[in-house]
Amino acid sequence: MSPDRTTAALGVAAACLLAAAPLAPQWLVFLLTLALAKGLVVLGLVLLMRTGLVSFGQGLYFGLGAYAAALLGARAALLDAFVMIVAAVLVAAAVAAVLGLLLARYRDIFFAMLSLAFSMILYGLLVKSSTLGSTDGFNLHAKSFAGIALAAGAERRVFYAVAVVAVLAAGLAVHRYLGSHYGRLATAIRDNELRVEYLGASVSRVVYANYVAAGALGGLGGAFAALAVGHVDPETTYWTTSGEFVFVAILGGTGNVLAPFLGAAIFEAVRTIANQYAPNVWQMTLGVVMLLLILFLPSGLWSLGTRWRRAA
Amino acid sequence: MSALASVAFDGVVYSSWLFMMAAGLTLIYGVMKILNIAHGSLYALGAYAGASLVGAWLAGGYPPVASYALLGAAALAVGLVMGPLLERGLLRIMYGKDEVVLLLVTYAVFLILEDAIKLAWGVESLVVAEPYALPGNFSIGALAYPVYNLILIGAAAAIGLALAWGMYRTRHGKLLLAVIHDREISAAMGIDVGRVYLFTFSIGAALAAAGGALTAPMIAVSPGIGVEVIVLSFAVVVIGGLGSLGGAALGALIVGLVRSAMVRYWPEGELFSVYLVMALVLIARPKGLFAAPEARKI
Repeated sequence: MSPDRTTAALGVAAACLLAAAPLAPQWLVFLLTLALAKGLVVLGLVLLMRTGLVSFGQGLYFGLGAYAAALLGARAALLDAFVMIVAAVLVAAAVAAVLGLLLARYRDIFFAMLSLAFSMILYGLLVKSSTLGSTDGFNLHAKSFAGIALAAGAERRVFYAVAVVAVLAAGLAVHRYLGSHYGRLATAIRDNELRVEYLGASVSRVVYANYVAAGALGGLGGAFAALAVGHVDPETTYWTTSGEFVFVAILGGTGNVLAPFLGAAIFEAVRTIANQYAPNVWQMTLGVVMLLLILFLPSGLWSLGTRWRRAA
Repeated sequence: MSALASVAFDGVVYSSWLFMMAAGLTLIYGVMKILNIAHGSLYALGAYAGASLVGAWLAGGYPPVASYALLGAAALAVGLVMGPLLERGLLRIMYGKDEVVLLLVTYAVFLILEDAIKLAWGVESLVVAEPYALPGNFSIGALAYPVYNLILIGAAAAIGLALAWGMYRTRHGKLLLAVIHDREISAAMGIDVGRVYLFTFSIGAALAAAGGALTAPMIAVSPGIGVEVIVLSFAVVVIGGLGSLGGAALGALIVGLVRSAMVRYWPEGELFSVYLVMALVLIARPKGLFAAPEARKI
């Protein structure tokens, strides 16, 4: 797909989603906000997967973002959603900047395990901290956005619109980045790290940059999820949450910046339907779909479109 | 003094439990290079199979002493059924893919088995406490401990010794070591690698199930028990060094003692301390404490 087409598709999709903001029913707004939030986290994961790294601990940044946003409201009485979102991104990026120094040296299964360990450390801390509500977590409620007071009942729609804008910005930025010199190095690293080093590029710098960006995106997603749900709990950092992100990344594919959001939307929709009609086989469905994808569609749903276009 | 002794004893009991899971996980990784997330489900399957078997046995009015043998039989049955089923039916078509992809494959299996267990046994919890209560208590200092804990330690030690003997002292074990060292050369020398994989995975599955079956009398067997076990045993094998049996024992001991010390002196740190140790070990020794030196391949 040429870069212009992706940019145009992002713009059109964002415009459609924004136009739907005042019209869509409440439940759809909620579902879409959650899908966009998770899509942001998965977008970060896609950045990592481009370099061949799978993080089984993106829940760390998702949880950090959610808790940073919620704590601002609960402890500092800062109830502005915009401030919450910015704080969430900053906290997540700062932590990623520190941990990235270390993780950028790990590969394969060891990268997956160390990132898992870090997310479980945060989980262990949150579960046992009674001041933060332990396993129950606590509620948050934003009263304004960038200084403008939010009308009761309209918050969700505002958060949704903001999420669409954030996704548009993040999507464009990541798309530009992937097309840049640095971004293209990522796939080369996945194919053969040693050769990239011999050609004079710094592998660890690319991995580090992608890791920090993934952390920041995770924090952004976490903040939106917290605002949409109005509640945070330690489950956001548990390994099953991180596993969900990996699943969505595989579902959508890593070929395009739109793929994570497509994957997340399908995931949330299927989850909602499954919770309603077949709560007992929901995980089983996920597992079967995952196996089928690994076997028959390793590049994710997005590659279907590419295939179809090539055939036409 | 007695406080320290009780911390140490609790730690060793917990370590024995961890070791049973970690031994299977590390064995499978060492031979097949698969980090098996579904290990947690096999543990849960073992617990369910053990609990229902013993429950049915006791309900029939048979002598409860035999229930220990039944727990072992349940573990063996799970290993013999699930091992070949997963290895032959699924993993075999996945060999050759990246380690990380294989990790995702076992994650998918984990998701499927979680629901399969719920469908087979329902969501009610299963309690079979007789084997736990039957042997009575003994005391260290002023504290009473169930004798069942000693059975657990004994079982873990027996499993560890049997594995070590089997791996280093028998012909089959040496074939296994050859496959661990170099799969392709082993195949070229005439070792049936496919069969070695099948045996390894089945033994690993049986070990996970044994961990579950022996735990079943101590807990209420309910959906989701495998979810936490899997990350804990990951921590153990990663600390010890993936693929190393001695490493799994050491890792289990470290995690067990750290946890029991934390439970006593700083309960809030119980969960996070385990993963902190895991992260610290990975930082200091990226491949774990006992990782076998890797043959350099060009």
